[in-house]
Amino acid sequence: MKFLQIAKKDLKAEFRTKQMLNSMVIFALLVIVIFSFAFGNEATIFVSNLNKKIIDLLAPGMLWIAFTFAGMLGLSRSFAGEKEEGCLEGLKLCPADRSEIYNGKVLSNAVLMFLMEMATLPIFVVLFSYDIKNLPGLIVVIILGTLGFIFVGTLLSALTVNTRTREILLPVILFPVLIPVILSAVTATGTMLANGDFSDVAGEMQILVVYDIIFFVVAQMVFEYTIED
Amino acid sequence: MRTNSVYNMLKKILYVITPVLILISVYLVFFIAPIPIDPGAAAGDPNNFKIFFFHLPIAISAYLSFAIVFVSSILYLRSKKQKWDMLSLSAAEVGVVFAFLTLVTGSIWGRSAWNAYWVSWDVRLNTSLILFLIYLSYLMIRQAVEEPEKRARLSAVFGIIGFISVPISFLSVRFYSKMHPCVVPPCPSGGGGGIGGVVLYYLLINFAAYFLLAATLMMLRMDNERLKEKANELKRINNF
Repeated sequence: MKFLQIAKKDLKAEFRTKQMLNSMVIFALLVIVIFSFAFGNEATIFVSNLNKKIIDLLAPGMLWIAFTFAGMLGLSRSFAGEKEEGCLEGLKLCPADRSEIYNGKVLSNAVLMFLMEMATLPIFVVLFSYDIKNLPGLIVVIILGTLGFIFVGTLLSALTVNTRTREILLPVILFPVLIPVILSAVTATGTMLANGDFSDVAGEMQILVVYDIIFFVVAQMVFEYTIED
Repeated sequence: MRTNSVYNMLKKILYVITPVLILISVYLVFFIAPIPIDPGAAAGDPNNFKIFFFHLPIAISAYLSFAIVFVSSILYLRSKKQKWDMLSLSAAEVGVVFAFLTLVTGSIWGRSAWNAYWVSWDVRLNTSLILFLIYLSYLMIRQAVEEPEKRARLSAVFGIIGFISVPISFLSVRFYSKMHPCVVPPCPSGGGGGIGGVVLYYLLINFAAYFLLAATLMMLRMDNERLKEKANELKRINNF
């Protein structure tokens, strides 16, 4: 269970300063607030045949964009910290499968991202006066979407940490690969916020689960090639 | 040595056949091919169907190029031979150009037939766009790394990840578009019916022309890479 040790090391280091976590939460909040301003005054028009305001239709997308951007911050930190002081070489010397490093990083990134999301969600609900009809369903959708994001994001962040333009390269290569997650998560979140049930979002959940499984398995096989030298 | 010169001769034949075939196919499409649509029922100018003869082979060539990237990425990671990396690079560059052409020809056709350059939730449009973006990112990764071995390894990893995400993207966009029946007025009414009869022959000639074009471009690009390697080798030798 070496990956638990690696995750514990990362989380311990993070919780000493909580610097990254704070930045992620504040960034997510800022994104949500800026979006709600950017859509302007007309966005509060009530659309009668959909029984919602325009801005309520756009809100799930805003939420996921906030999560994605803030998650990107967290991801870029996860391997960048290992580059200094040769920590990555130290990790590679562990008598463990290289994929344990991947699992440990995934676990620590996932924990941090969930914390960020749980901190952002209440504020989102308050800002848009939402009444979450299906909270367990919403939590499940957020968990599946976040896992998809983290599985691919950790692998690609290990890939880009060795390059020159790592700050801009990670978002650029991550977004196209992440499109199924964002599409499915946004629609499923919208349904859950309205009045949905699990059966309404069965298709999206299937896509999210399939995506998560496939990329987790592929990453196990391919991760060692990203950090070897 | 003998196999080397046979290979070179085959390559030269390929380089000659390709432009000839393309010229023949362009002539056929513009002057001889019939349009299997009733002009009264066609959307827009009936002649715009001829774009189909370009559009479909270019799209299939792009998808095939990306499949080649996937396969040669896997082969590179297993064997670490330089030639697979060169093949990945060539196929990715050719694929990006062809994917861009797919989008452009599709938009032109759409402008004529549907009066809109882009329709929001059509599956094939969005899948082609995602494909184009993924392989553009592949090329960006290659640009961002200097050392050849690291560059080959990292871009091989991304080649695998990128290709695997394409079927999943297709499924998710298809699901999403089923949920969104056409909201924007010019609604495309699904793909064309079966292509039969004499049109099929012209289509096959075009397929052959564009596949050979893609293959020619890939071979030329690979030769280019080999020469670059040789030049670097000579530079290294002469510096020490």
